[in-house]
Amino acid sequence: MTGAQPAIRLTGLTKSFGNVNAVDGVDLDIVEGEFFSMLGPSGSGKTTVLRLIAGFEKPTSGTISLLGQDVTDRAPFDRDVNTVFQDYALFPHMSVLDNVAYGLRVRGVSKRARYEQARQALDTVRLGSFVDRKPSQLSGGQRQRVALARATVVQPKVLLLDEPLGALDLKLREQMQVELKELQRNLGITFIFVTHDQQEALTLSDRIAVFNEGKIEQLGTPAEIYERPSSPFVAAFVGTSNIFDDTVSHALLGRAGTHSVRPEKVSVTTENRPLAADCTAAGTLAEVIYVGSSTQLIVDLDAGTRVVVLEQNDAHRVATTERGVRVTIGWNNSDIVTLSAPAPAPAILAPHP
Amino acid sequence: MRLSRSARGLLAAITAVVLALIYLPLLVVFVNSFSTSQNLTWPPPGFTLGWWAKAFQSDGALDAVLTSLQVALASTAVALVLGTLISLGLQRFEFFGRDAISLLVILPIALPGIVTGIALNNAFRTGLGVQLSILTLIIAHATFCIVTVFNNVIARLRRLGTSLEDASSDLGAGIWTTFRLVTFPQLRSALFAGGLLAFALSFDEIIVTTFTAGSSVKTLPLWILDNLFRPNQAPVVNVIAVVLVLVSIIPIYFAQRIAGAEKVVR
Repeated sequence: MTGAQPAIRLTGLTKSFGNVNAVDGVDLDIVEGEFFSMLGPSGSGKTTVLRLIAGFEKPTSGTISLLGQDVTDRAPFDRDVNTVFQDYALFPHMSVLDNVAYGLRVRGVSKRARYEQARQALDTVRLGSFVDRKPSQLSGGQRQRVALARATVVQPKVLLLDEPLGALDLKLREQMQVELKELQRNLGITFIFVTHDQQEALTLSDRIAVFNEGKIEQLGTPAEIYERPSSPFVAAFVGTSNIFDDTVSHALLGRAGTHSVRPEKVSVTTENRPLAADCTAAGTLAEVIYVGSSTQLIVDLDAGTRVVVLEQNDAHRVATTERGVRVTIGWNNSDIVTLSAPAPAPAILAPHP
Repeated sequence: MRLSRSARGLLAAITAVVLALIYLPLLVVFVNSFSTSQNLTWPPPGFTLGWWAKAFQSDGALDAVLTSLQVALASTAVALVLGTLISLGLQRFEFFGRDAISLLVILPIALPGIVTGIALNNAFRTGLGVQLSILTLIIAHATFCIVTVFNNVIARLRRLGTSLEDASSDLGAGIWTTFRLVTFPQLRSALFAGGLLAFALSFDEIIVTTFTAGSSVKTLPLWILDNLFRPNQAPVVNVIAVVLVLVSIIPIYFAQRIAGAEKVVR
């Protein structure tokens, strides 16, 4: 048991349905004890990867190792991983207690011992008084917690969570996010969390893999993914980005390639007032959208592109609220992310014919 | 929805006529079982309990009821096992020819009984060289009893999806444990409904029975047909019919209660 061994190792993992590669050559190491998120739009292959790890699907090619052991050909019941399903998949004919005790029951744990452990697991998710209820008598959030207790009571090495918060309303989801994070810290086991909600992934994860078309588009910490997206897809999918294509990059930044900048990194002022920024551009205010703690401004630049600016509604905010007003926007060079340099790279500040 | 007074009256009248058409003949059978008339004249000239006594002493009638029960129970049991296996196979696995097999399983219920009867009769006697007996009859009935079980179970499996089975296997249960603890409890009411229908189908089947039962095997429908036009026996047939009506109400009552209870749970 060395810490260096990855909890899960995927090598060349591919899954085809017909001619479609749902998962297309994924290599990935997931460290023991980390909260790992697989983020992507629907159809990006993230859920299929999860089902492959759980063993519900057989890979077309590639291998899956669990703590150094090849489990590629093992049945789901023969793998030390457990799943929290998107629809919870609680057994409707069993009480909450029997649901949670199920994994222990099929392992041959005595009735007394398994009920004892199941009660403890239900206490940890604050459902100790609901043991005799049927799943249909619980709310969505309570079912979610039963599903968590049921999957963790058997002490898996890795817990797989398939969009577990997707069916909950916003307030409950935020509350469950905190509980999930606490649970993971207390149990100290590896969580692999599938979600299409970038905010959720950024909030919860130690590391994130962004999936697109069956491949990992970028792998990194939340800050790396958000601050330094490696491709136009990641920049657009995770948060909001202003993406400048080759032509616009020439006009605004004086260099070729595709670049992006986050709306909150752009500052704005009415025309002819000084702006502390490495780089500025002029334009017209096209739209003002009030979103509570901040205001979103959409600016049509003279260079022929549209830029989204996010301003905090704090004490310093200048009242740029009238549509049609001429404005100047600016940003610092360190906040510009190069998504793809034009071939042949490097093209930064290269002279152009 | 609000209806006008005349519309409501009209609908009530139609309902009354339809229900009367179904239940008045049954009432006539009931009354006739107490009639003193031997050839079922209407209105009955007088009333007697004699036919009831005679029916319960008639060996032929009682034997026929027992035979029919045996056949219906056995073919239902065969249908429950095979129907469940087929629907699990067709719903939970993908393989070449799946749709074709699905169609072939359902087909016997659409085939005219007379065709099934002749075909099986030929197959048993000339094809396989088997004597017609109660066993051949059970096999023949099972061919269409499977369909009702299959239809009920496959509809339930489709609605259930695989996530409960995935969850069970994820928690460490093998295939058999998963079936016993998760799939079967979810199928129970579907099996009950399918089995009830299968039992009813077999119990009053007459056409296929005529072709596939051994000459010594007399099911209740065969016995009734034999005796209905015999002098002195018609009122006894009425008694049997009344008993059958009473007996068939009981499972229907339970089926309704199970269905009702399930609705509350969901």
